[in-house]
Amino acid sequence: MSLWVDKYRPTQLHKLDYHHALSSQLKRLVDSGDFPHLLFFGPSGAGKKTRIMCTLREMYGVGVERLRIENINIQTPSNKKIELTTINSNHHIEFNPSDAGIYDRVVVQEVLKNIAQMHTLDTGSQRGFKVVVLNEVDKLTREAQHSLRRTMEKYSSNCRLILCCNSTGKVISPIRSRCLGIRVPAPSHEEISRILHYVCKKEGVVLPTELSGRIAEMSRRNLRRALLMVEACRVQQHPMSPEQSIPLPDWEQYIKQTADLILMEQSPKQLLEVRSRVYELMAHVIPADVIMKYLLEELVKSCDGSMKAEVITAAAEFEHRIHLGSKPIFHIEAFVAKFMSMYKRFLEEGLGNLQDIEMDF
Amino acid sequence: MDQFLKLANPSSSKPAPTSSGGTDKPQSRSKRLDQTPWVEKYRPWGVADIVSQEEVVAVMKKCLMGEDIPNLLFYGGPGTGKTSTILAMAREMFGPNDMRERVLELNSSDERGIDVIREKVKGFSTRAVPPKRSDGQPCPAIKLVVLDEADSMTQPAQEALRRIMEKESRSTRFCLICNYISRIIDPITSRCAKFRFIPLPRTQIEAKLRSISQVEHVRISEDALGALYDVSEGDLRKAITYLQSIARLQDSDSDNLTEAAQVYEISGFIPSQVMDKLLTACQSDSYQQLDTAIRQVIAEGFSANQLLSQLHDMVLTVDILSDKQKSAVALKLANVDKRIADGGDEYINLLDMCSLLMQQVCHAQL
Repeated sequence: MSLWVDKYRPTQLHKLDYHHALSSQLKRLVDSGDFPHLLFFGPSGAGKKTRIMCTLREMYGVGVERLRIENINIQTPSNKKIELTTINSNHHIEFNPSDAGIYDRVVVQEVLKNIAQMHTLDTGSQRGFKVVVLNEVDKLTREAQHSLRRTMEKYSSNCRLILCCNSTGKVISPIRSRCLGIRVPAPSHEEISRILHYVCKKEGVVLPTELSGRIAEMSRRNLRRALLMVEACRVQQHPMSPEQSIPLPDWEQYIKQTADLILMEQSPKQLLEVRSRVYELMAHVIPADVIMKYLLEELVKSCDGSMKAEVITAAAEFEHRIHLGSKPIFHIEAFVAKFMSMYKRFLEEGLGNLQDIEMDF
Repeated sequence: MDQFLKLANPSSSKPAPTSSGGTDKPQSRSKRLDQTPWVEKYRPWGVADIVSQEEVVAVMKKCLMGEDIPNLLFYGGPGTGKTSTILAMAREMFGPNDMRERVLELNSSDERGIDVIREKVKGFSTRAVPPKRSDGQPCPAIKLVVLDEADSMTQPAQEALRRIMEKESRSTRFCLICNYISRIIDPITSRCAKFRFIPLPRTQIEAKLRSISQVEHVRISEDALGALYDVSEGDLRKAITYLQSIARLQDSDSDNLTEAAQVYEISGFIPSQVMDKLLTACQSDSYQQLDTAIRQVIAEGFSANQLLSQLHDMVLTVDILSDKQKSAVALKLANVDKRIADGGDEYINLLDMCSLLMQQVCHAQL
């Protein structure tokens, strides 16, 4: 039994549920027999991967769905051995170069070049080129991206790259200018709830309209998240009722509680408490910038106008330092401490004003 | 069949290799061409085909006529023709057959540490070559080392190059190509003749695009050509890639011209409605609205960098801000841009940017 997310993932272009204009564009690309390097970008859960697989399927037929996993061993110039997992079919290879950490440049240079240089033996097959799918291109180091540049041009006759990333901002412009960018926007709330209804109908479950609306709202326009939520709801309570609560991922709840703690009391003691909670979160591999984002979101709710701007500025500053520094926890803590002092001052000012007013009476 | 071959052969820009012998037969060639990106297909074949960059082209022509060739350093933005120029020159000087023997092209996709410089480059450059080509025509008795994307070479590798450049000057010329000249160490720049490649002017990009779209039968409106220039910012490669994307996405059955809006969509340019909406949110003085607006922009998949650059253009011209306020906004823009470049979170940084904008618009302290 597989998750609903995987079970109902469309595998053909014409079965995609939204962005029909985009699907027909992709279809045209495939029909023309050839396509340039592609760069899929969009927020997570928007369906980038699904679209890539559909395009491949359209091109090569069902063969691309027979996947096998292979391990490649590479040796860096400094004699360090790296192991890389790739997912192959007869027609394409998919891997995640950023898995190799700071050695991603070697991976791009060695693996990709090897794949690209090999000609397809089977000239009778439909296409004269093979496809390499690279995930998380925005996580690649700059050097790796630079070494991708020339490879893309040189071997373009027998190898096409499909790059997939969340934000094009971190992809260097020489690469962007070599690709056809394909923007995959997140589905709208209506589209999400339509798909939820469709899936539930297929599963033979009744989904109240109100609940689907709420789930769509809470999913942050992330379809994968929405589907997982529905499945969680259905496990929690069957049949589903319109006013049942939607279970949030527990780490999200945990961050929420942490924010409440910060708002409740601003003291060194409380800071210590918060610190242990942050450590707990980090121990569960929640990325530091995600913690920061959710924390900010919760904290800002209870600030007023001008203070909001101040808090956001502080958050942006400390979040930046997370990326520059070596230990994220310092900067999260610094942000919490900064927020506490700001909030306390704000409360005291509010109290002072109140007393002034009373004095006037 | 004849007609087909004629179509596939780009008539104007590239004379087919008549001289005895590319490895590829005409038939396989036309099939190949179908699959190559237009950027490669329309890469200038000879020095005379190079668009713009008059200064450089003039020097190259002199070199081809037998003048001394200095070591070269090309720098300038992406897509301005640096690599094309040197390859075209080498091809004209040595002929297509000797290219492999006389030109060593290294770029950052090759391993290029200090070892490679010491062994490969040194070995290549010490070899002597005869003063004539394999087909008997005279040519300078030199070899060419092209170091593409030289700004990503390490400092030690650059240091190692210094002495090689001088010592082997009798038999080898170096051509370094980079985007940022500041990343090349001074001793190297002082050994080279520097050439700056300027972003291509509007007329030339439009003319080139027009000629390509005629050969390839792309139906595109004049407006869209202008839009292509706008989004390419003088980068011809980008413009041609977009043009090809447009051609690929066009419906072959209908006769509709591609319009400017589609060009903007392909390039990831944020439509003005979205930007206006964001600006309205900034004027509303409601944090809630601002938050929703930003989330929407991100969910639509637009990149923060694009947003910032468009916001910058907008802030410059908008008249709801005084000059002093604009300077405050500009300062924040710079900060936020740096943070995003360092890998900061897009949402938090955009929120920071826009909340400052909102404060400046709504709570101006004059």
